[in-house]
Amino acid sequence: MMLLRTWMIMWKEFRQIARDPRMLAVVVALPTFMILLYGYAINLDVRAVRMAVYDQSRSPQSRELVNAFARSGYFRVIAYPGNDREVTALLDGGRARMVLIIPARFARRLADGETAPVQVLMDGADSTTASTALGYAADILQQYSSHVALEAARRAGLTAPATGQPVENRARYWYNPELRSNHFTIPGLIAVILMMLAALLTSVTVVRERERGTIEGLLASPVRPLELMLGKLAPYVLIAFGDVLLVMAVSAVVFHVPLVGSPALVLALAGIFVIAALGIGLLISTVAPTQQVAMVAAVMATQLPTVLLSGFIFPISSMPQAVQLLTALIPATHFIRILRGIFLKGNTLAILWQPALVLAVIAVAMVLLSANRFRRTL
Amino acid sequence: MTRTRGEAAVTISGLVKTFGRFTAVDQISLTVGRGEIFGFLGANGAGKSTTIRMLCGILAPTAGSGTVAGLDIVRETEQIKTRIGYMSQRFSLYDDLTVTENIEFFGEIYGVYGARLARRTAWILAMANLRERQDSLTGELAMGWKQRLALGCAMVHEPEMLFLDEPTAGVDPASRRRFWELIYAAAEQGVTIFVTTHYMDEAEHCDRLALMHRGRIIALGTPAELKDGYMAGTLLEVRAEPVMAALERLSSLPAVREVALFGSALHAVVGGPDEADDVRAALDAAGIRVERLAPARPSLDDVFVALIEQAERGA
Amino acid sequence: MTDIAIEIQGLRKTYGELVALAGLSLAVARGEVFALLGPDGAGKTTTMRLLAGILAPSGGSARVLGLDVFRQAEGLKRRIGYMPQRFALYGDLTVAENLRFFASIYGVPRAERLAREAELLEFSRLGPFRDRLAMYLSGGMKQKLALACTLMHSPEVLFLDEPTAGVDPVSRREFWRILYRLAGQGVTLFLSTPYMDEAERCARVAMLDRGGLALCGTPGELKAGLRGAILEVIAEPPREAKARLAALPGVRDVHIFGERLHVWLETPDAEATVAAALDGLTLIALRRIAPGLEDVFNALAAGEGEA
Repeated sequence: MMLLRTWMIMWKEFRQIARDPRMLAVVVALPTFMILLYGYAINLDVRAVRMAVYDQSRSPQSRELVNAFARSGYFRVIAYPGNDREVTALLDGGRARMVLIIPARFARRLADGETAPVQVLMDGADSTTASTALGYAADILQQYSSHVALEAARRAGLTAPATGQPVENRARYWYNPELRSNHFTIPGLIAVILMMLAALLTSVTVVRERERGTIEGLLASPVRPLELMLGKLAPYVLIAFGDVLLVMAVSAVVFHVPLVGSPALVLALAGIFVIAALGIGLLISTVAPTQQVAMVAAVMATQLPTVLLSGFIFPISSMPQAVQLLTALIPATHFIRILRGIFLKGNTLAILWQPALVLAVIAVAMVLLSANRFRRTL
Repeated sequence: MTRTRGEAAVTISGLVKTFGRFTAVDQISLTVGRGEIFGFLGANGAGKSTTIRMLCGILAPTAGSGTVAGLDIVRETEQIKTRIGYMSQRFSLYDDLTVTENIEFFGEIYGVYGARLARRTAWILAMANLRERQDSLTGELAMGWKQRLALGCAMVHEPEMLFLDEPTAGVDPASRRRFWELIYAAAEQGVTIFVTTHYMDEAEHCDRLALMHRGRIIALGTPAELKDGYMAGTLLEVRAEPVMAALERLSSLPAVREVALFGSALHAVVGGPDEADDVRAALDAAGIRVERLAPARPSLDDVFVALIEQAERGA
Repeated sequence: MTDIAIEIQGLRKTYGELVALAGLSLAVARGEVFALLGPDGAGKTTTMRLLAGILAPSGGSARVLGLDVFRQAEGLKRRIGYMPQRFALYGDLTVAENLRFFASIYGVPRAERLAREAELLEFSRLGPFRDRLAMYLSGGMKQKLALACTLMHSPEVLFLDEPTAGVDPVSRREFWRILYRLAGQGVTLFLSTPYMDEAERCARVAMLDRGGLALCGTPGELKAGLRGAILEVIAEPPREAKARLAALPGVRDVHIFGERLHVWLETPDAEATVAAALDGLTLIALRRIAPGLEDVFNALAAGEGEA
């Protein structure tokens, strides 16, 4: 192992990178563009769901209930259908996502102290939004019924506390009190972007030498595979680390994602993560036949599993057992755990040592595997 | 080929091409006759390819004018393309198509169909001696075969003029020789050939040559004219042992303007024949055994080098 | 020194069913200038790559400087230089940066590197271009730079795969001057070339054909070994003369060399029939000449059919 050779390969790569303006554009523009695009596009918050109201009661009470929906901000009343056919048409055409049907005897039943059923029809095609909206609707209805019960009791001359519900659920959300989905998705997004970018950066480095024929000179020289791999990796570690700072800055400035925990810890673990990602790119580069194949492979091998299986959007706990095991092999799974832990909960290494260790193992394994897969002959 | 013989196939007058501040082609003028094999020589970057591209209508000249097959190279580029064939150094064949498929593909893009295409395909396979390999994938062919196929594809539409840009680069001597026989055959049928090459032995095959250097034509004539008329001074052929010592000694003599290995002999350029004795004396004095030392007719290689060194000194 | 620099025994390389090299055996002495000739696909590049240790053989053995090319590659690589056929330098590095890079990966110490760099830049006349990106060099300059990079670690044996292919005559001369200087310093040169005039300069040449050794010896031996005789004919029009002579019995082959024809006769006494066959054409010259290597090469190619 000769440090000088590794150093020279790194020196050469740096000069080549510095002379490639397209590379600089990719390194700066791509992550910025991606985090802005995804940050705005992937918004799991539910706001202003289009709803229609089929009010058969046409009473002050029914109007009060509809107002409660409108006031919440989660719903926007866009139509008042007059019959079942119109209701169906609204849902079928996608103009309304939800329909609230208030039966004719709604007001009378309330007045009689009976339970007054209402019906909520939900377009379940987008199940995530549907279940969230349904949750909000249930809350509003619950509050309204408490309010009605309270009113009735007061009219009956009783004091309020005595007639309250026996148990009151006062759930509080920790770490992300407003349940802003941004605060949840942006850390994941940082992992997704860094993963893809880093793998992309290194994916062409070895195969490019093969394509240009410069590999012949390297193979004929005493350079060893591990020296070559480390020399090629090093400059990109620095570049990818610059991208870590870039995406962190954008997420703080543009999306106001608060960082509760230690910034130093985030950066240190992000460093390990990008080495793992760069290592995957390097491995692809040693086996890919052409630069194009390498780049497509790098995007495919990182983007899909990272988005689908890392817990970025879809919770790992609801995946089949076998798939859950698979997710452990994806570096982003561990890094997202780390990021959410530090960003939202202020976790320290005492809690996060496990995913950090897994990342380090993956990083070392990738580099060694690349050196091993690198053929010393043509 | 309806045009009358004797008409010029190419005329160029004051042709200039600049890229930014760089002048790639600097005021060149020449005429190539119909059926002529015209060789275009020069180092890389001398302006050969730029000139060919302007003649083929791919690149617009900065100044000057020219005609190819009687058509204007600025205004009638589309018509020119249908009348000429172009073969580049890279051959531009499709490796994953068979020999016949390549011919058919190029035929169709040049508007050769049906019975004519079948006739041309048969002709090309026979001409290039590719019949037994007609269903092979082009990628599996040796360089020499590919080169002949590329020539065939460039001729599928029966062009009256062929532009060949270093057609023999990277091909072994035997294949190069065979290739030149095909060029002769085409020229005999009246096709004008405009060819660039680095090989001086190939330059000898041409009817006329132009030597380009830094965008200018510094010599123009038949190979014999170039060898007899362009060389300033006298060329001495020296056979001596050890060759290396002789080369070093000759390089250091002020009377010797240029010395180089030629095969296993040395070629030295001196001011005149009477300086031969001084050269021999100098070698003898250095203890070098001279087997032969006599004036010789320069080769094209010698002329090429001498002209370029002359141009460099003048510049 | 008279010991052996390169020794090859039954070297084989196959790619599936394709035999690139079918058991080649050769020996090259230290300090010798040795050329490998042959048609494309004869196995020249394969041989070069095997000897440079960048290709694994399918069989046979090769020793360079007494070391096994395939088992002792690491120790050997520092002592040999290899210049591939394709330009294998970094176009996006400058001349000086390329030199520095190759010196460093061969572990050349800094002081030695700087001295060597100055020497080689002077040697190759690349000094004025030291800060130019390699991709902007002319073809001839690229080849000289590639050679200089190969020489930074002062190799004892140099493998050059068609180093002057596609290079203009001026650069080719300069290149050969450098090679001869190296030979004078005792470096063993093992090269392949498409130019027969270059082959004439080498101490010994080997002609490969279809992965095997067809001929090997000094240029003089090879030329002397050509059966029959070569006639040089200058006649007008040359193509008509060629057509007539090619059809003549006793004539094995006719080649055009510019304005001259080289007629390969099976037996020397066929000379008279040649003159007779040219009756009616303008005969400018007809004489027996000593064959060149090109004639030997052509004879070999003709004897073996299509290349």
